[in-house]
Amino acid sequence: MIEIKNVSKWFGDFQVLADVNEVVQRGQKVVICGPSGSGKSTLLRCINGLEPYQKGEIVVGGTSLSDPKTNLYKLREKLGMVFQRFELYPHMTVMRNITLAPMKVRKKSRQEAEKKAMELLDRVGIPDKAGAFPANLSGGQQQRVAIARALAMEPECMMFDEPTSALDPEMIQEVLEVMIGLAKEGMTMLVVTHEMGFAREVADEIIFMDEGRIVERGRGEEFFKNPKSQRTKDFLGQILK
Amino acid sequence: MFDAVLQNLPYLLGGFLTNVQLAVFALAGGLFLGTLVGLGRISKRPWVYHPVTLYVNLLRNIPLILVIFWFYFVMPILVGRTMDPFVSAAVSFIVFEATYFGEIFRAGFQSISKDLVSAAYSTGLTYRQTAAYILVPIAFRRMLPSLITQSIITFQDTSLAYVIGLQEIVRRTTIVDSMEVRSIQLYSFVAVLFFIICLAGSRISLHYEEKSRKAKVL
Amino acid sequence: MLAYKFDWGVLWRQPSGEWLLQGLWLTIQIGALAWVIALTLGILFGTLRSVRFWPLRILGSVYVEVFRNVPFLVQLFFWFYAGPMLFGKTLQFKINALSGLNYYVAIVALGLYTASRVGEHVRAGFASIGHGQYDAVLSTGMTPVQMYWHVMIPHALRLIIPPLTTEFLTIFKNSAVAMTIGVAETTFMSYKIDEQTFHGLEATTGAMAIYLVLGMTVVKLMNVIEARFQIPGLMSR
Repeated sequence: MIEIKNVSKWFGDFQVLADVNEVVQRGQKVVICGPSGSGKSTLLRCINGLEPYQKGEIVVGGTSLSDPKTNLYKLREKLGMVFQRFELYPHMTVMRNITLAPMKVRKKSRQEAEKKAMELLDRVGIPDKAGAFPANLSGGQQQRVAIARALAMEPECMMFDEPTSALDPEMIQEVLEVMIGLAKEGMTMLVVTHEMGFAREVADEIIFMDEGRIVERGRGEEFFKNPKSQRTKDFLGQILK
Repeated sequence: MFDAVLQNLPYLLGGFLTNVQLAVFALAGGLFLGTLVGLGRISKRPWVYHPVTLYVNLLRNIPLILVIFWFYFVMPILVGRTMDPFVSAAVSFIVFEATYFGEIFRAGFQSISKDLVSAAYSTGLTYRQTAAYILVPIAFRRMLPSLITQSIITFQDTSLAYVIGLQEIVRRTTIVDSMEVRSIQLYSFVAVLFFIICLAGSRISLHYEEKSRKAKVL
Repeated sequence: MLAYKFDWGVLWRQPSGEWLLQGLWLTIQIGALAWVIALTLGILFGTLRSVRFWPLRILGSVYVEVFRNVPFLVQLFFWFYAGPMLFGKTLQFKINALSGLNYYVAIVALGLYTASRVGEHVRAGFASIGHGQYDAVLSTGMTPVQMYWHVMIPHALRLIIPPLTTEFLTIFKNSAVAMTIGVAETTFMSYKIDEQTFHGLEATTGAMAIYLVLGMTVVKLMNVIEARFQIPGLMSR
C-alpha cells in the first residue's frame, strides 16, 4: 500500500536520499536499519508528508504525495507515527493526548473518544495512567502512550522512528512487547530501529540504508547470516556484538 | 499632610480606574494579536513573514507617544468622525504592545521541539489546530514570567494616554495640581500607586519563574 | 472615510519643514546628555548592587525598584512640578523662573530613569564574569575600588554592549515624553505642525521616519564600538 519510486531528497547541496525504491504491502512488517545520517528518519517523514522530496514519487494507499491536490492531513490520518523522544503534549493529560486528534479531526464525541482511549491504554498496559501528565510517567510508559495516541486515529500503517533509542534498557522490552503485539494483530509496520532481536522475530523484510541509499534488503535469518555487501557486514558486526 | 490627596481621592482613583480599564483592553488585545504576530514571525511563508517582521521592527523603534498621536490623527480619517480618546488609545496600545508580546511568544514557539509539532501533524491535526491546542498553550506557560513583566510595562504605559487628553490618573493629577498646587503630595501619591501595583506584579512574575524552574515540567 | 487631503508638503515647506529638524536636534541632545548621566549612575548603582557589603546592596536595590516600578511620565512630572518645591520656599521660585528648566529636568529625569535599567545590565555583567576574576584581582593587592575601576567595570561594559544598545535606543524613544513638559523635541514639533496646519498625520509619519533613521544610526554606532572594543576569543558575531 506504500510505494516509493526513485525518491531523492536534498537539504541544500547535501543529498539525503538517493534513488530510494520500496514497496510495502498491507500487513507487511519492514524494518529499516543503518548508521545515523543514512536517511532512515527522513524517509519516514517523507512518507507522511512532513518533509518534502525533490525527485521521484511516493504513493500511499493510492494517493500520490506529489499531486498538489492531495490533502496531506487526510493522508496523515492513515499513517500513525511514533517518535524517538515520545513527543507527548506536556501540558495535557494522557487521556487528552490520546483523544485530541479523534475529537478535533474525526469530530468524535468526548465519550466515544475517551472510551476508545481507555481500550487503547488497556492494550498498551497502562489503563491506570489516564489522568496523569507525561512528566509523571517513565520513558517506557510515555512511549506506550505515544503508541496509543497514534493508534487512536485507526491508521492503516504504523511508522516507528527509533522508538526505543531514548529508553533505559529496562524499559525497552515493555515497548517492544506492545509493538510485537501490534505486529501479530496484522498491522502494517515500518520500523526504524537498532533492535535486531525485534527484527528477527517480526520483520518480513529488513532494509539496510547508508548515505541515503538502500544498500541491501533481505528476509529474516538470511539477512543476518549472509549479508551480501561489505558495508552491511560491517554495520551488523557492530550492532550484533 | 496629605489633605489634597484625600479631598480629591474619588476623582483621582476614578482616573486610575481608567488606567486599569485601558490596561485590560491593551492586554487582552495585545496578547491575542501577539500570538498571531509570534506565529507570523516563525512562518515559512514569505508573504506572512516579511510584512509581520516589518511591522514589528517598525513599531519597536518609534516612541509609544508618537504611535498614540498617529492613531489619534489616523482614526478619525478612517472612521469618518472624531474618536473617543479611550478607543484611540486602546487601539494604539493593542497594536504597539502586540509587537512586544509577539516577540515573547516567538521565543516560546521556538523553544518547542520540531518533533513535537511533527507528532501533532502526524495525527492529522491541521496547522490551525496545532497552533491553537499545542503551540500557544505551551508557549504561554513557558513564557509566563516574561508575559507578566511585559504586562506590567503595558500598565505603566497607560499613563501616556495623558497626551490625548484621556481622563486617566496623571491627567487628573495635573488638573488637581493646577488648582491646589500641592505638587509633592499629589505626584508622590500617583507614583506610590503605580509602585505598589507594579512591585506586586513583578513579585508574582518572580514567583512563577521560581515555580517553573523547580518543576521543569514543560 | 472622511475626505482628507493629504499634504506631504508640510514636511519640507517653511516654516513647518524646519521644525521637525529642530526637534530632531533637541531629541539628540536630550538623549545623548541623558545617556551620559545614565551610564555614570548606572555603573555606580550596578556596582553597588554587586558588592559584598550588604547595606550598599540594599541601597542599590531600593533605587532600582523605585525607578523601575513608576512610569517615566509620572517621574518626569514629579521632578518638574514637585521637584522645585523640594528646595524650600525661596529657592523654589528662583528655580521655576529659570528659562529652559523643562530641558534640564527632562535630561536629569531621563538619566535617572535609564540609570536604573543600565544598573541592572551592569549587575548582570558582573555576575557573568564570575567570582574567579574577583578573587584573582584582589589577591594581587588591589583594593576593591581599584579592582572595580580598572578591571571589573571595563570588562563588564564590553560584555553588555548588546543590552546597552537597546537601552540607548530606548532613551531616544523615551525622550519623546519630554514633550509633555513643553520641550520642543521631535514629537512635540509634529504635534505643533498639526496645531498649525491640521496635517498631523503627515507630520507624525515624518516624525516616525526620523526616529527610525535615528535608531538605525544608533545601532550602527554601537556595532562599531562593539567591534572596536571586543574581547578577543570571546563571543564574536
